[in-house]
Amino acid sequence: MTAEKFVESTGFKVVCMPNPERNISGAYIGDLLSWVMGRAESDNVWITIMSNSNIVAVATLADVGCILLAEGVTLDSEVVALAAEKGVNILSTDVSCYDAAIEVSKVI
Amino acid sequence: MSEKLVFRFDVSGNDFTSAGQASVQVKKNLRQLGFDNEIIRRVSIAMYEGEINMVIHAGGGVAEVHVCEEYIEIILDDHGPGIKDIEKAMQAGYSTASETIRSLGFGAGMGLPNMKKNSDEMKITSEVGVGTRIVMKINCKGTNE
Ligand SMILES: Nc1ncnc2c1ncn2[C@@H]1O[C@H](COP(=O)(O)OP(=O)(O)OP(=O)(O)O)[C@@H](O)[C@H]1O
Ligand SMILES: [Mg+2]
Repeated sequence: MTAEKFVESTGFKVVCMPNPERNISGAYIGDLLSWVMGRAESDNVWITIMSNSNIVAVATLADVGCILLAEGVTLDSEVVALAAEKGVNILSTDVSCYDAAIEVSKVI
Repeated sequence: MSEKLVFRFDVSGNDFTSAGQASVQVKKNLRQLGFDNEIIRRVSIAMYEGEINMVIHAGGGVAEVHVCEEYIEIILDDHGPGIKDIEKAMQAGYSTASETIRSLGFGAGMGLPNMKKNSDEMKITSEVGVGTRIVMKINCKGTNE
């Protein structure tokens, strides 16, 4: 499904959505960037608590469908601006990575 | 594309937060050139890991990417501390990254294994105190394995 539809179905908060038509399928949970690079698949929802600007480059290069920040993690405005510029969708939720993954699996 | 294209980047060693810019640019260029998505993904992952290693372990360096129809070659050159035991560095989980760098999400010791996995050929030459040169080749036709 598209990123836009995914947000509608889950109720996750939108941090930025420069690419609403982006396809989303499957998920990967991880905070160590090289694990994400090696294991996440194209179009995945990447669930993480990492919040520094490196997540934008990793999301772009691993070609994930969106980043989902769990545990109520927030981003500095520069990171949001960078993601918007690079076309990286970012969502957030207050629940844990585990509960977030359960929500994701209900809709995709 | 009959001619070989060459992209060259100076990778700065003092900015961890914007690291990966060269790889992002290469991905963009390959998209525009119409390369297959799977090839682009492998180049992106291999180059990003190498670029980040130059930033966090070697104080920066130079990245060159040679592009032609048959293959894409990534050449990373730095004048950092060098790698004493390449075989050990290649092991999954081996890392000398500092606490500060780990707090940014690096240091899992998975970068070099990712580079190996995503390239068809990889060659590391390194001399302690002089620097490191890594050449990775990704074939655009045929299979990976
Ligand atoms: N360009 C380099 N110059 C000097 N040492 C390097 C270089 N690249 C890698 N190394 C050494 O090899 C080790 C393993 O590298 P690798 O990329 O696999 O892991 P990492 O960078 O420590 O962590 P990760 O890549 O998972 O974030 C590094 O910790 C470092 O000691
Ligand atoms: Mg590394």
